[in-house]
Amino acid sequence: MPVRLPFRPRRDAYPADLWTKCPGCAEMLFNKQLDKSLRVCPHCGHHFRIPARTRVAQLIDSGSFAERDGNLQPVDSLAFVDLKAYPDRLLAAQLSTGLRDAAIWGPGTMGGRPVALCVMDFFFIGGSMGPVVGEKITRAGEYALAERVPLIIVSASGGARMQEGTYSLMQLVKTMGIVERVKAARIPYISVMTDPTTGGVFASFAVAGDVNLAEPNALIRFAGDRVSAGTIGEELPVVPRAEFWLSHGFVDRVVPRAQLRDEIIAILSMLIPPSVGGQAESAAPPLARGRSILSAITGALGADNSGESRAVEAGQSRGENSNG
Amino acid sequence: MVDRLLNRHGAADGQADDPVATVWAHVQQARNLKRPHTLELLKYMADEFIELHGDRYFGDDPAIVAGLAKIGGVRTVVIGFQKGQDTEENIRRNFGLPHPEGYRKAMRMMELAERFAMPVLTFVDVQGAFPGAAAEERGIADGIARSVGMLTRLRTPVVVVITGEGGSGGALGLAVGDTVVALENSIYSVISPEGCAAILWRSGEQSHQAAYAMKVTANEQKDLGIIDIVIAEPGEGAHTDPAEMARRIKEVVLEQFEIHGRLTPDELVDARYAKFRPMGPFGLAEQPETPPERPGCAGWIRGILFRRPSLPQFPGTRRAAPANREEV
Ligand SMILES: [Zn+2]
Repeated sequence: MPVRLPFRPRRDAYPADLWTKCPGCAEMLFNKQLDKSLRVCPHCGHHFRIPARTRVAQLIDSGSFAERDGNLQPVDSLAFVDLKAYPDRLLAAQLSTGLRDAAIWGPGTMGGRPVALCVMDFFFIGGSMGPVVGEKITRAGEYALAERVPLIIVSASGGARMQEGTYSLMQLVKTMGIVERVKAARIPYISVMTDPTTGGVFASFAVAGDVNLAEPNALIRFAGDRVSAGTIGEELPVVPRAEFWLSHGFVDRVVPRAQLRDEIIAILSMLIPPSVGGQAESAAPPLARGRSILSAITGALGADNSGESRAVEAGQSRGENSNG
Repeated sequence: MVDRLLNRHGAADGQADDPVATVWAHVQQARNLKRPHTLELLKYMADEFIELHGDRYFGDDPAIVAGLAKIGGVRTVVIGFQKGQDTEENIRRNFGLPHPEGYRKAMRMMELAERFAMPVLTFVDVQGAFPGAAAEERGIADGIARSVGMLTRLRTPVVVVITGEGGSGGALGLAVGDTVVALENSIYSVISPEGCAAILWRSGEQSHQAAYAMKVTANEQKDLGIIDIVIAEPGEGAHTDPAEMARRIKEVVLEQFEIHGRLTPDELVDARYAKFRPMGPFGLAEQPETPPERPGCAGWIRGILFRRPSLPQFPGTRRAAPANREEV
């Protein structure tokens, strides 16, 4: 407890830039401490929502992430106005998050293994998926397909972005199209659902992983409260969170944030055959014509490639990769 | 047709040319319960139709019907949403709102079509997937995602006809095709106007405005490149002459089957993928990367510097919003 001085107003006791109140247990948490614990409450285990760049830094080998397509920029193709004009909402979100839209993607390495990683950011208009987000997910998938590296998508989204209308809806088609192709090519796709993963994001790539992971207590649902307003349908007896989906068979594992990176690395090392042919093998299809099943079982996909040139230093926050 | 409704609507508030009212009249027309749905249209279109039931996992969803049909002599798998035309049938069909079983039945039928070299015809008329507990816990999200995914790689022609409401992911589960056709008075939207209004306007009463803002009408969707062909409706709308409506649909569908049937399965799947791949416009900012730092003063300045000229300035939002702290 900080000393409360008599001449200071009470609300300054916990300045918001230094302290955060845990919605799980109401403890006041010192922000620096919270960052060290990957923004998980040390008292009750509440997983705070985190920005995409923080997530990248927590998952990826330090300094290995090279953001791609950061210049993709949303456009107001419908000239959409609700209570605010869409460009107004975009600008506010861009200024507050430092992102151009609600996802970032890039190649990087995890445990030395090259991956294509796409992470959504709930702080950008609720992580909603419009054409830019859909494009980034699709490009991450296309990269995974071309380079034969695993695809990892971390979802945090309220669903499709209404302000871009059916263009947003079509992102479900784009993303499922590439996910189907990645899976058909026997490239692992790991979907990580974080709080929240709802609507059209849940009903497309997020639910469709070879392995679906979810963070504890993450809200995951297709029909939101306000979406179903005015239509018939009884409410679920419980709020559908990660554990609900584990017991209903749509999530493979509920993984606390501190173990997430290690679990992904462990799963990939199970799915991907060990390399026999050295680094060049990583580019070869495991079941390409003319290769025996045995060689596919024992060799190929995604060999370790330390010193990979494409894994260049990219701007990520320092000191947050405390997984080591 | 819409003009007539518009005049009626407009007369009420003395604004015959209110574009919002025009769009809302269109929405009401798309929702007219008298409109012919899958089974009614098949009565006119199909030489023969054998309905098949069940998803082989859980049950049979009465909100999605499917079966084998001969249309103009072409063996076809037909899958479509089925609303009721009266209260009793609507209750039996859950008001045309599907559960996951519906999409799993649909996928079973798609797979059947692929194996027996039959084209697929889907009819789309649904407000959205059923939002209740049963649908959610049995995996409506999974049903829709898999159905969309299967359609992106199905090795047989798929023609989609939106006959009424094309509502959200629920509609999309059956709406990925080589050709997407819509009847003139139908609508297509990312979310129902009511849902959009509830979220963005925080009031379901703004649904008219939401429908207008989302550009839901068939012709607007065609202009956006989402819909390929709009079929004019006879008389006062599809329900006034279902036989003629069915005839017009049949003509377009058979023509599209013929066009897509000329491709090899590989070409067909590639073409379908290429059709959807570019959907959704975006711009390219000059700066190659987004600013790496977390927001703060630097982010604020960078935001100003990087701002696209196409985005109008809204001085009221210039202040740097609080950093990425969680809601407390
Ligand atoms: Zn706590």
